[in-house]
Amino acid sequence: MSWSITLTVNGEPRRVELDDPRVTLLDLLRERLDLTGSKKGCDRGQCGACTVLLDGRRVNSCLALAISHDGAEVVTIEGLARDGALHPVQAAFIEHDAFQCGYCTPGQIMSAVGLIGEGQAGDDPERVREGMSGNLCRCAAYKGITEAVLEAQRRMGQDGWEEAA
Amino acid sequence: MNRFDYLRPSTVAEAVAAASVPGSAYLAAGTNLLDLMKGGVVRPERLVDVSRLPGLDGIEALPDGALRIGARVRNADLAHDRDFARRFPAVAEALLSGASAQLRNAATVGGNLLQRTRCAYFYDPASACNKREPGAGCDALEGENRLHAVLGWSERCIATHPSDFCVPLVALGAIVEIEGPAGRREVPLEEFHLLPGETPERESVLAPGELVVALRLPPGADAFAAHARYVKLRERTSYAFAVVSAAAMLRMEGGTIAEARLALGGVALKPWRAREAEAVLAGARPEAATFRRAAEAALEGARPSGENGFKIELARRIAARALALAAAGTPERIPALPASPMAPVSGGALHG
Repeated sequence: MSWSITLTVNGEPRRVELDDPRVTLLDLLRERLDLTGSKKGCDRGQCGACTVLLDGRRVNSCLALAISHDGAEVVTIEGLARDGALHPVQAAFIEHDAFQCGYCTPGQIMSAVGLIGEGQAGDDPERVREGMSGNLCRCAAYKGITEAVLEAQRRMGQDGWEEAA
Repeated sequence: MNRFDYLRPSTVAEAVAAASVPGSAYLAAGTNLLDLMKGGVVRPERLVDVSRLPGLDGIEALPDGALRIGARVRNADLAHDRDFARRFPAVAEALLSGASAQLRNAATVGGNLLQRTRCAYFYDPASACNKREPGAGCDALEGENRLHAVLGWSERCIATHPSDFCVPLVALGAIVEIEGPAGRREVPLEEFHLLPGETPERESVLAPGELVVALRLPPGADAFAAHARYVKLRERTSYAFAVVSAAAMLRMEGGTIAEARLALGGVALKPWRAREAEAVLAGARPEAATFRRAAEAALEGARPSGENGFKIELARRIAARALALAAAGTPERIPALPASPMAPVSGGALHG
């Protein structure tokens, strides 16, 4: 049996034929759509490297069955930059040295975009750290990550940045 | 992950019929189920996807004063619902102390009730586990068991139920609404999860095909809103399951506790309501000595199931601290670190 599903990925409609219902959203993005920005770290929802926005909310794409999300809108790290200009969260990560090896970074950035959209953390570093606790960084760039998230949030508030997709 | 058939019924009745076939499992967000399937811990032959069923995603005030929460409501949406958080602050705090933001954005109310234990031996198909394979034995008994149960366990199983959400819910007398092949029924949350006894593979009262459709907080459950806290001790600051936790709620009249609710998490295979402790508190003044006596009553009958005797005294202290925090009053806003035991009781000593 096969299933045909349609997703809007980074603003573009994508139709995918699934021959197996076991495909996760993460594997679909990486293996079928060649969007390898979303990383497979633990593949069990513990590290956050696979974080994407699913219908506007940050989730672990490794714990979502693609077939269950037919019709959904997905934004990945590849969908953040506009016309060659980095998203404010991407720019702030570079400016604040918010990574070392970079493997967790796409997930960190997508999680930060989700966090800022949720609007629960304000300018409290403690709330940012708690809100980002689902993203592990084994290089321990946490200090830079917290600073980058706070900075990006300030900048997005000032510039009236609209969420991608 | 094993191969499975995938079905997406469009009504509750169709879902119940589909899931009544042996080998079926319901799929909501999948945050626990897919993890278990990837580990080969569970191997359902067909998944019945209930993630789009209509009528299960609302938070509804009922005419009698009860609040009905659909089984598909996401953890984050419930915790951030202003009216809900105002009326049931300890439930919101418990929700926000659990998992990560990504998981809370996906995980559902019904799925939270039905999440499986995090016992490492249950999770490891190479280990003996009576829950996974009845009669196989329990490797936790002689294994790494510092975080296992101290109340209600049996020689067959010493695992704990991992939910934070269920702890304040059981204290508030929440009701579980269930649809099944034999129709609709309701079960108090306190009776929903089963202690292990001789049959640890039976985890809840749900019969094959039965589906949790909603949770209901009874009329008057919001009378505790001014003095309601959840406290959760973790082995790291955030994103960890409870070593022990407590939900404490007081209804104050004058300077006296008119009515109290207390429940513990991380101590048993179900969220543990401590009615003996509630009886100690009713009519008493909110004082440290009273909270300690209530905490001792709550852990009456507790015994170690392994290298975890420390959890008994820890649970007493967390219960007493939750009561002291509740007596001090529900904060205006949920703290930056929800349910943290490290936050000082206002006006009191940090370690009391």
